[in-house]
Amino acid sequence: MENFIYLYIFMLAAFTGYEVISRVPVILHTPLMSGSNFVHGVVLVGAMVALGNADPNEPLQLVIGFFAVFLGAANAAGGYVVTERMLAMFKSNK
Amino acid sequence: MSIELLIQASYLIVAALFILGLKAMASPVTAKKGIVWAGVGMVLATLITFATPKMGNFGWMIAALVSGGALAWYLGKVVKMTDMPQMVAIYNGMGGGAAAAIAALEFAKGGDHGVITTALAILGALIGSVAFSGSCIAFAKLQGIMKKAHRLPGQNGVNVVLGLGTIGLGAAIVVGGHPEPNHLIAFFVLSLALGVILTNPIGGADMPVVISLLNAFTGLAVGLEGYVLGNPALIIAGIVVGASGTLLTQLMAKAMNRPLTNVLFTPITGEAQEGGAITGTQKEASAMDAAAMMRFAQKVIIVPGYGMAVAGAQHKVWEMSKQLIDAGVEVKFAIHPVAGRMPGHMNVLLAEAGVPYDLIFDLEEINEEFRQADVALVIGANDVVNPSARSDKSSPIYGMPILNADHAQNVIVNKRGKGAGYSGIENALFYGENTRMLYGSAQQAIAEVIANIKTMQG
Repeated sequence: MENFIYLYIFMLAAFTGYEVISRVPVILHTPLMSGSNFVHGVVLVGAMVALGNADPNEPLQLVIGFFAVFLGAANAAGGYVVTERMLAMFKSNK
Repeated sequence: MSIELLIQASYLIVAALFILGLKAMASPVTAKKGIVWAGVGMVLATLITFATPKMGNFGWMIAALVSGGALAWYLGKVVKMTDMPQMVAIYNGMGGGAAAAIAALEFAKGGDHGVITTALAILGALIGSVAFSGSCIAFAKLQGIMKKAHRLPGQNGVNVVLGLGTIGLGAAIVVGGHPEPNHLIAFFVLSLALGVILTNPIGGADMPVVISLLNAFTGLAVGLEGYVLGNPALIIAGIVVGASGTLLTQLMAKAMNRPLTNVLFTPITGEAQEGGAITGTQKEASAMDAAAMMRFAQKVIIVPGYGMAVAGAQHKVWEMSKQLIDAGVEVKFAIHPVAGRMPGHMNVLLAEAGVPYDLIFDLEEINEEFRQADVALVIGANDVVNPSARSDKSSPIYGMPILNADHAQNVIVNKRGKGAGYSGIENALFYGENTRMLYGSAQQAIAEVIANIKTMQG
């Protein structure tokens, strides 16, 4: 039953994603791609949990976990800065 | 309130912030607020995760978090606006790599996860690895580290064999229950190789579509690993990005009139250009000729391309435009959907230079107006104004919508030299009767035009 609830979450999230950006002007394509790139940076949280539960006596687990958190943090931080800089260009200067 | 409840409630808020943030980013009015909302969500998610019960290894965690975050933050701050697309690509690849690494870590921990969880972990690992290695290749290409698109003989066959092999091995791991380390290592190596050979043959104007697709891949991989970890924030954010990224990819492919399957399996290359021979010669114009043509025109349409952006000439172009506007000339900017390296990239660059929105027009809005324009000034653009895309069925870019610069009374093309463009395709426009070539880097050529227009004032 719990698996089914996850399936429902998958399905509703997929529809939400489709709906949220169904009408977007071309000028925002790149910033929006960058913004969604930032959002999947939440993988950082998963990496933290995975590393947090790794066996401290297993170097291999620690190294993979470190790698995961490092990459996730870079995705989140870099994604934010880049998106923010792009959107900062959209000032109305009439 | 138990700490577990607090964490779950926080993730719920995080998911809502992400969705609202993305929604806001889809409109120019609210876009800036959107990224801030999503950012608040990310900070909340990261902080509350530290409170997760029974976690350890905080030293490693904080070291990775600070080093990865600070490095990416710094690089994102200092990179030039023209290099933004490859930064998006590389950060996206890192997200995919993180998702794949989560799967690897869960397998390294061992234990029995059951068939469904193992299957989703493997699928997420495959997609994440492809996104990681594919994005690295995309980065290398846009950064100019890898110059040419390489196509193996029988490329599509190789893709299919490697793809099936990877999936087969993944299925064997799922069915087998307790995977051998060797099998897992082979699986990850194959997945990474798959990303490389899928992205390697793709070049030219198709690159943004591929980055967008890989972005959707990473989202999906994150969502799948979220299931493995039982973390709803990952599932929702990942799947929402997976779906919206897929839609965005389709919108981009449509803007170029290139079905996604063509992008992936029949990439644009210059070699196909044998059928339509181009006759005539390129006729050169001096900066003074160009200045006079535009200064005494009624209407000038400027077509900026990536060459202008690379030369950093957008400020000079705007300075020249202001001169012309002061002299009573009507000036408009025509932006091709894939001008720059990504849809919308050129708008960002022009906005940075101070060009007001109301002078900037999309392809559909302005294409008919070229007929009334006295001068079309093409600066560092090539494939997006190539008339072969309209008429020559043998051209690799046949069917791609182009800006009809050739319909203007006169065309001035600023270009560094006589060579072919980014995708290596010859451009009939450059040999046209009414076309004059203004050679030189955009920065310098436009500066000379500005100096010449000054002498013609009053």
